[in-house]
Amino acid sequence: MQQKSLTFIARQAPYGSNKAKLVIDAALAAAVFEQKVNFLFMDDGVFQLVQNQNAESISSKTIGRALETLELYGIEQALVDSVSLEERGLSAEDLAISVKILNVEQVRQLAASSDVVINL
Amino acid sequence: MKFSLLVSTSPASSQGAMTAYQFARAAVSQGHEIYRVFFYGDGVLNANALSTVPQDEINLPRAWDEFLTNHNIESVACVSSALVRGILDSDESARHKMAGVSLLESTQIAGLGQLVDASMQSERLISFV
Repeated sequence: MQQKSLTFIARQAPYGSNKAKLVIDAALAAAVFEQKVNFLFMDDGVFQLVQNQNAESISSKTIGRALETLELYGIEQALVDSVSLEERGLSAEDLAISVKILNVEQVRQLAASSDVVINL
Repeated sequence: MKFSLLVSTSPASSQGAMTAYQFARAAVSQGHEIYRVFFYGDGVLNANALSTVPQDEINLPRAWDEFLTNHNIESVACVSSALVRGILDSDESARHKMAGVSLLESTQIAGLGQLVDASMQSERLISFV
């Protein structure tokens, strides 16, 4: 199969809707089909990265487990938008998984250099 | 140009579904090709054949069905999104011992591989949220 570079952008907080899960599932599917996958957390999507979450008491699944699978499926490029972190008072040490922090110009380049950008 | 559409919102609660439908019509009328429409998340409700709406509103699932059939455009409802929302074809309905079928005639149930394939085969994948 031909290979394309796909960038998935997670923009929603983890538990208010199932959007966070939908983006992860689509990215994992792309990885299974051996595409080059980037995963960018942006806007309220950065809340998915906050460590020590536990969604048991709201009968939901803790998002950290799903995020850990990104690396298992070979999605090495987990990225986060620096402005979105700053706006929400978050920094690298608050995050549950290791991600590369991108400035505005790097986010722009990422989108421009991707064959496909998928927002949900 | 060859497009695919990713539709992830419901006709009943978001304008995105109607925007997707109107985009699809406009694209075809201008001579573009639509490779596939992929209904994902709440977007599978666009393929709900049992949807009924007030007389002065557009029945979007019915409109999709006519459009997709008339132009011979493939459409897919994501299986995990569809089942949890009661969007079933005859196979799934029988497998889960349900009372009936709710999927549009024009649409098939399949997995996320069809979304990945659509992004591979199309020049543009447009996401409607």
